[in-house]
Amino acid sequence: MKKEFQIISDLIDNNTRVLDVGCGDGTLMKFLKDEKNVDTRGLEISKENVQNCISKGLSIIEGNAEKDLHQFPDLSFDYVVLSQTLQAFYDPEKVIEDLLRVSKKAIVTIPNFGYWKVRIHLLLKGTMPVTDALPNEWYSTPNIHMCSIKDFYNFCFRKKIYMTKSIALNKEQTSSINKRNINLKNLNSELGIFLIKK
Amino acid sequence: MNTKENIKKIIVKKPLKLDCGKTISDYPLAYETYGKLNEKKDNAILVFHALTGDQFVTGKNPITNKPGWWNYLVGPNKAINTNKFFVICANVIGGCMGSFGPSSINPENNETYGTNFPVITINDMVNAQYNLLEFFEIEKLYSVLGGSMGGMQVLQFVANFPNKTKTAIPIACTASHSAQNIAFNELGRQAIMADTKWKDGNYLKLNLSPDKGLAVARMAAHITYLSKKGLQEKFGRKLQEKDDLNFSFDADFQIESYLRYQGSIFVDRFDANSYLYITRAMDYFDLTKEYKGNLSKAFEKTKTKFFIISFTSDWLYPTSENKEILIALNSSGADVGFIEILSDKGHDSFLLDITEFLKTVKNFLEANY
Repeated sequence: MKKEFQIISDLIDNNTRVLDVGCGDGTLMKFLKDEKNVDTRGLEISKENVQNCISKGLSIIEGNAEKDLHQFPDLSFDYVVLSQTLQAFYDPEKVIEDLLRVSKKAIVTIPNFGYWKVRIHLLLKGTMPVTDALPNEWYSTPNIHMCSIKDFYNFCFRKKIYMTKSIALNKEQTSSINKRNINLKNLNSELGIFLIKK
Repeated sequence: MNTKENIKKIIVKKPLKLDCGKTISDYPLAYETYGKLNEKKDNAILVFHALTGDQFVTGKNPITNKPGWWNYLVGPNKAINTNKFFVICANVIGGCMGSFGPSSINPENNETYGTNFPVITINDMVNAQYNLLEFFEIEKLYSVLGGSMGGMQVLQFVANFPNKTKTAIPIACTASHSAQNIAFNELGRQAIMADTKWKDGNYLKLNLSPDKGLAVARMAAHITYLSKKGLQEKFGRKLQEKDDLNFSFDADFQIESYLRYQGSIFVDRFDANSYLYITRAMDYFDLTKEYKGNLSKAFEKTKTKFFIISFTSDWLYPTSENKEILIALNSSGADVGFIEILSDKGHDSFLLDITEFLKTVKNFLEANY
């Protein structure tokens, strides 16, 4: 399992209820279910991934976070996970609001557009950045609302969303993000992982 | 047609109080099984049939000599693998394949019931079939599944017996029959009742059969099972064995000929009064109302793991209505999954060889067993 999922998993208590939004092939859900006795639900847009999840015996609902989160009642989960998909929504602000409606806590991970490789790409090449974490060309990318770690950090501050944990990931190294090191973390981290609540 | 005498049936002694207020007892319930019940009795799947289906799910139907209605889905190594699972299917009460229905003989006067048969509901059908669990001494089913009216029975079964099945797969159905669907059913019933041979439902006593009315009912219903795109692609404006229009009311177009054929073969295997009774049961189905407008209450007590399946081109039981069930299950905190299968074959999709659909059922049943 990739490092990002290990970090997310460590943030989740045993025997809880978790909704994984954009759960892909269900790797994280399967791990949480088997190792932490978590009652998981997945929401996934790709039919192929839905089938992968069904084969793993996971409870998977085909759907899209922008259209289908309304089906879940208020605070019906302990955690909701949104891994590297916030940037693909038309209205990320509304999605975050909805995540914090259906769940007490949300774990949101962000591919960092402030990462130095991304900045260098745009600065030197003058074209839209293509990196390991952001592999698509501008014309075919699903990512329409890219943000940096600092953008998300400021967003939470402005929206009065409480950040319980803020973790930066670079290669396999993790470190915590705070007010003092935010500019540095925004430069040298590929991924930001945030545990947030209202 | 072969004789119906060899059909397997149980005689249900236990009285069943119907929703209409009447009580029935000592009534026949015809069924068929596929595969073997294992020693632990934990591999049983109860399949519910749709409006015009019967208990002969797969293999050759011994009465019609046609393949079973879910041949694609059920059988050795198929999506519902009968090498592994024990599949049970009963003919619904009100039906005409051996279960208690309007063509049964009333012992009080030795005549067929006809329209003296009590009006039955989906709830009554499910309660009658529950007796099969006792008959086979099955404590808990592994799964219940069905499409269309079969799906309605799945929902009703879990609502009535929240801990009697481990999993449930309602397919292409609804929790509350829509005005449009009631309208189509009423069209079919009126076609039957307008046939002069219907004789207020007494046709069997008079050795008559309202074939024309029943055929028209089937033709109208058949259109609702397909999609505009599917019809257009299969038939378009193609002419039936002719080069030009006939300037008459013969079946000039292939679609006309196809519908006439569908109507004509249907009357050989189905009873007109059963059609009236079963469509009525579908129209009366409103699980939401049964739980005072809150469908999620129907599933409050259940630990059953659901998987809901709908089809993109199904306009009779559209995805939106299937999603209402999904929303209700989520509201009650139940364990539920959902997929919408891409298909241009309309409501009929659930009976067809659609890879994605078959794979979904297979994967779900294999992974949760």
